[in-house]
Amino acid sequence: MDTAFFTRGTVGVACAIAASFAFAQTPAASPAPDKNLGRNLAANCANCHGTNGKSVAEVPSLNGVPAALTIQKMKDYRDGKLPATIMHQLAKGYTDAQIEAIANYFAKQPK
Amino acid sequence: MTVINQTRRDLVKGASALGLVGLSAFAGGCATIGGNAKPKVVVVGGGFGGATAAKYIAMWSEGKIDVTLVERGDAFVSCPISNLVVGGSRQLADVTIGYGGLEKYGIRRVKGEATGFDPAKKTLALADGTSLPYDRLILSPGIDFMYETLPGLATGEAKSRVLAAWKAGPETVALRNQLTAMKDGGVYAIHIPKAPYRCPPGPYERACQVAWYFQQAKPKSKVLILDANEDVVSKKGLFTKAWNGQYKGLIEYRNNQEITDVDARTLSLKMSFGDDVKADVLNVLPPMRAGNIATANGLNNSNKRWCQVDWLTYESTAVPGVHILGDALQIAPAMPKSGHMANQHGKVCAAAIVELLTGGTVSQTPMVANTCYSFIDDKNVVHVASVHRYDPAQKTMVTVQGSGGLSAEQNALEGVYANSWARNIWADMLT
Repeated sequence: MDTAFFTRGTVGVACAIAASFAFAQTPAASPAPDKNLGRNLAANCANCHGTNGKSVAEVPSLNGVPAALTIQKMKDYRDGKLPATIMHQLAKGYTDAQIEAIANYFAKQPK
Repeated sequence: MTVINQTRRDLVKGASALGLVGLSAFAGGCATIGGNAKPKVVVVGGGFGGATAAKYIAMWSEGKIDVTLVERGDAFVSCPISNLVVGGSRQLADVTIGYGGLEKYGIRRVKGEATGFDPAKKTLALADGTSLPYDRLILSPGIDFMYETLPGLATGEAKSRVLAAWKAGPETVALRNQLTAMKDGGVYAIHIPKAPYRCPPGPYERACQVAWYFQQAKPKSKVLILDANEDVVSKKGLFTKAWNGQYKGLIEYRNNQEITDVDARTLSLKMSFGDDVKADVLNVLPPMRAGNIATANGLNNSNKRWCQVDWLTYESTAVPGVHILGDALQIAPAMPKSGHMANQHGKVCAAAIVELLTGGTVSQTPMVANTCYSFIDDKNVVHVASVHRYDPAQKTMVTVQGSGGLSAEQNALEGVYANSWARNIWADMLT
């Protein structure tokens, strides 16, 4: 399920990056991809959701959550389909590709 | 330490030359010395920035980097939530956490006061005369107060009569004690310096907490907010709603209230314009700058107050090999001086240092987010949030367009989330 979803997303990102490199002529062009992008961006979430998504308090844990579920929730927050106190504001800070990288990282973290 | 006695120009020149060599040497050199010597990172300051960086370097390098945390205190005391100690709904013990949780990551903890560093020898000097070698040094020194701008607060006695209580700890409790000792009908006044200062909404939250306490225990008393700024610096609409609502008649807000000095004996403020203002409990947040170790060692290259860094690595632009986190930084636009931000700085810096010391590639696309909750009373909370990305053209952090925002109104659900936030961020840095 989410594996297929994520694979599709990854291919999309890879193509986008390849394309930007092919036409890169100036130093301001797209930077080299971050091999730890998911880990590094997921660390943005840890302040409220716990290190590697393992919450120690009321806010839900994200570790081991299937990637497709996290992706859907983030997009629903972003699009205003899920009511929230704060997540609708934070979700708007991330692109689809970034959300997918974060979701995939959390999915791989042990419960 | 010796470097301080050199001219700043010499220090920077020497350091820059070192940096040029350093770049190529670091990639392969450190990781391969003798085959068994691990690269060393020394972190100064066990607050939101430093403790987080120490933990994440140890965790993400999987033990390939030796991490030492230098901290003068026995335990971490959180500024966030500490205004509730002033208000009386929490105890200092509720915001105090030990450093024992970092041991499982193999982090060496040194209790002591760092005084300076030698960027040529790559050693950190401690007050007890010992020194620690490093390959990369991280300073998370927080803020110190510019008491030189307020001669009336020069003595220790004056500082204890007119508290800042802007570093959580014994002063937090001392301020609480001044409030409980105050007679009903008295005035608590808080003076806010011009921005930037640590925790933009913090003074307004504190005013709310004191007003909440007065409502319960001393209803004839008043809270006076004297703000040197032109207007409320953070969460204006949400705070003013509370001041005109549940705290109407209890809190008075005055803007453009610059002071020239403080009289600790009479508990009064000398105003730039107008008569002195006297209070029964006077709480003055002096103007702030980067913490002493950064200031004394020439890292404060922005207006001689704050430290500029490369936002990809948090490496100082004044001295190579030295990274700086948290409130000491000259912040990028719209990035507040908050514990949450410092924690996020710590992780971006940790990721970069792991790459620098293991021959990898530093991420060119770091992001940080900020979430800041303020308690209006003991249960109801308001937030401000934002997301920031690195902009390669401007070489700084910029707010992601459309992200972030404020609470619609104060609410108890966010009170639950604020407490949850505190427990998770404390765990994220310390366990």
